Amino acid sequence: MMLSQSIRMAFKAIGANKSRSFLTMLGIIIGVLAVSTLISVVQGATGSITSQLQGLGSNMLMVNFRNSGNVEITQSDLQSLVSPSTGISAVSPTVTSQGTVRSAGKSMTATVTGVNKDYFGIRSLTVTTGRSLQAADDLYRTPVAVIGTGVADTLFGQRNVVGSTIVVMGREMTIVGLLKEEGTSQFNTNDNTIFIPYQTAQRLLKNTYLSSFYVASASSDTVALAKTSVEAFLDERVHSSDNYSIFSMNDILSALGSVTSLLSLLLGGIAGISLLVGGIGIMNIMLVSVTERTREIGIRKAIGAKRRSILSQFMIEALVISLVGGLIGLGISWLGVTIIGSLMGISIGITFGVASLSLGFSAGVGLVFGIYPAAKASKLAPIDALRYE
Amino acid sequence: MIEMRNIRKIYQLGDEEVRALDGVSLRIEDHEFAAVIGPSGSGKSTMMHILGCLDVADEGEYLLDGRDISDYTDDQLAEVRNRKIGFIFQQFNLLQKLSALENVELPLIYQGVPRVERQKRAHDALELVGLGDRMNHRPNQLSGGQQQRVAIARALATKPELILADEPTGNLDSHSSAEIIGLLHRLHEQGNTIVVITHDNDIAEEAERIIRIRDGRIVSDERKGASA
Ligand SMILES: Nc1ncnc2c1ncn2[C@@H]1O[C@H](COP(=O)(O)OP(=O)(O)OP(=O)(O)O)[C@@H](O)[C@H]1O
Ligand SMILES: [Mg+2]
Repeated sequence: MMLSQSIRMAFKAIGANKSRSFLTMLGIIIGVLAVSTLISVVQGATGSITSQLQGLGSNMLMVNFRNSGNVEITQSDLQSLVSPSTGISAVSPTVTSQGTVRSAGKSMTATVTGVNKDYFGIRSLTVTTGRSLQAADDLYRTPVAVIGTGVADTLFGQRNVVGSTIVVMGREMTIVGLLKEEGTSQFNTNDNTIFIPYQTAQRLLKNTYLSSFYVASASSDTVALAKTSVEAFLDERVHSSDNYSIFSMNDILSALGSVTSLLSLLLGGIAGISLLVGGIGIMNIMLVSVTERTREIGIRKAIGAKRRSILSQFMIEALVISLVGGLIGLGISWLGVTIIGSLMGISIGITFGVASLSLGFSAGVGLVFGIYPAAKASKLAPIDALRYE
Repeated sequence: MIEMRNIRKIYQLGDEEVRALDGVSLRIEDHEFAAVIGPSGSGKSTMMHILGCLDVADEGEYLLDGRDISDYTDDQLAEVRNRKIGFIFQQFNLLQKLSALENVELPLIYQGVPRVERQKRAHDALELVGLGDRMNHRPNQLSGGQQQRVAIARALATKPELILADEPTGNLDSHSSAEIIGLLHRLHEQGNTIVVITHDNDIAEEAERIIRIRDGRIVSDERKGASA
């Protein structure tokens, strides 16, 4: 018998019992909805966090000292790290504090961070107007600042601020540059930070010890080399490795990756169980349907249906139910994911992989749970089926 | 040509054994119009089920066109029913969810006849039984006589050699019965072999040959003269 004919027949049988078919589909709809929504949201959220982290500089290492009073590392020591053999292209010391900042009439508390000229490159920060910090600023302890857009908005109510003067923790400074706005969704945003030359900051904060520094590896291939170089450098100068910690963006990214893939697996698995339950629902209904339609099966067999025709008829019916259910579930999931995405302020969609996974899974469920009732129907003896009341 | 040799069909109901057919031997030639008549419970339907390959005998041989079908598989039997036999049942046995046309198409679908030809043949068969204007009606939108005519059209559509009718007029009034009998006569004239099962003497009289059966045995078998 031709496939198109069987499919038409399946739709007919399903249409003949609309409410029951729909209730059967419901299990699959909910299962697919759960699987594809959960996986898509986890994937979307992960993607957005990952790209933000990558925006922070995936070639970056960050070194923190626990007890900075003991650390006697100078800026020129740090600069000696930069070399082709260490895989390091730039280093910036940092010193940071919260402090009061004032403009003509307003004041706020902001993060004040002392950095050298390379810091912005290491952190992938962009100066949109004015200039970045320069080597000479550090050398001469120039009172200049590069500020985030949040600071400009709060203190000036506008962003045309290059050349204006602000008072940072009691010291007058000239704004030379404004950073690109990062927005509130960016985690660890620099919008409310004021960057000043490192040595200017040391003096201002009365802190001459190094508390942390940032390193950029020459390329993404040398991140590991850069890390060992930094470790070797620190082991010479800091007595115990307990005294410092190194964060590598790559480590964080891969840790995040394994957490989220575990999460998708877990959520996907839980949702998969609901698909399984949906499948059992299909089997249940198909078995009822076989019993109810025993007479029909008998008539079909009497006029020449072979086992294979009856088998494929019921299998296709189960498959159509599960696939249509899967498609409906996927459609609702697409809607849900779009809404969740816009609520979370990130762009998430259902990937081709997730769509084919859920459809494949529901088709599989239909096949597996359709086989038993279909086989049962196909094996009925024609005369018994005909006599069935 | 069909031939039964010493066919037995025995149902075991608890301790009791019901000999539905108890050693039936019978030969029906091509183009014959035979009636099987007997009281209720005499084994007529059982015989028709075996003749129609819907059921198999417990003992004996059943030869269809000279071939013993006892070792046929389920699917081979389905093929035989599909191509060689057309059934007409007392309860019509139409699929309620399909239109008259679709019901008639069904055996052709199982034969794999392409759509266009299939619809034409189903159409022609329905025209033949006088239901050209009822093609798209569902069985429950048709009278009993009309339903039986749809069933006859379904049996005809595959152009089978043998038409088996089990009490085809059992559920019909006399007017509809006459129509159905008329149709059977026409089919017979066109060369079909026809076996009608009935307990109604008037209907049996329509046939060329009357086989009387009682308690699973043939008690008489008489042919009328060619004048019928
Ligand atoms: N599946 C079955 N199980 C047990 N006994 C059966 C079965 N089918 C038929 N019989 C018995 O076999 C005998 C013959 O039945 P059959 O249906 O062939 O009779 P029939 O001549 O067609 O009767 P009717 O005119 O009432 O249709 C009956 O006694 C019946 O009880
Ligand atoms: Mg009977």
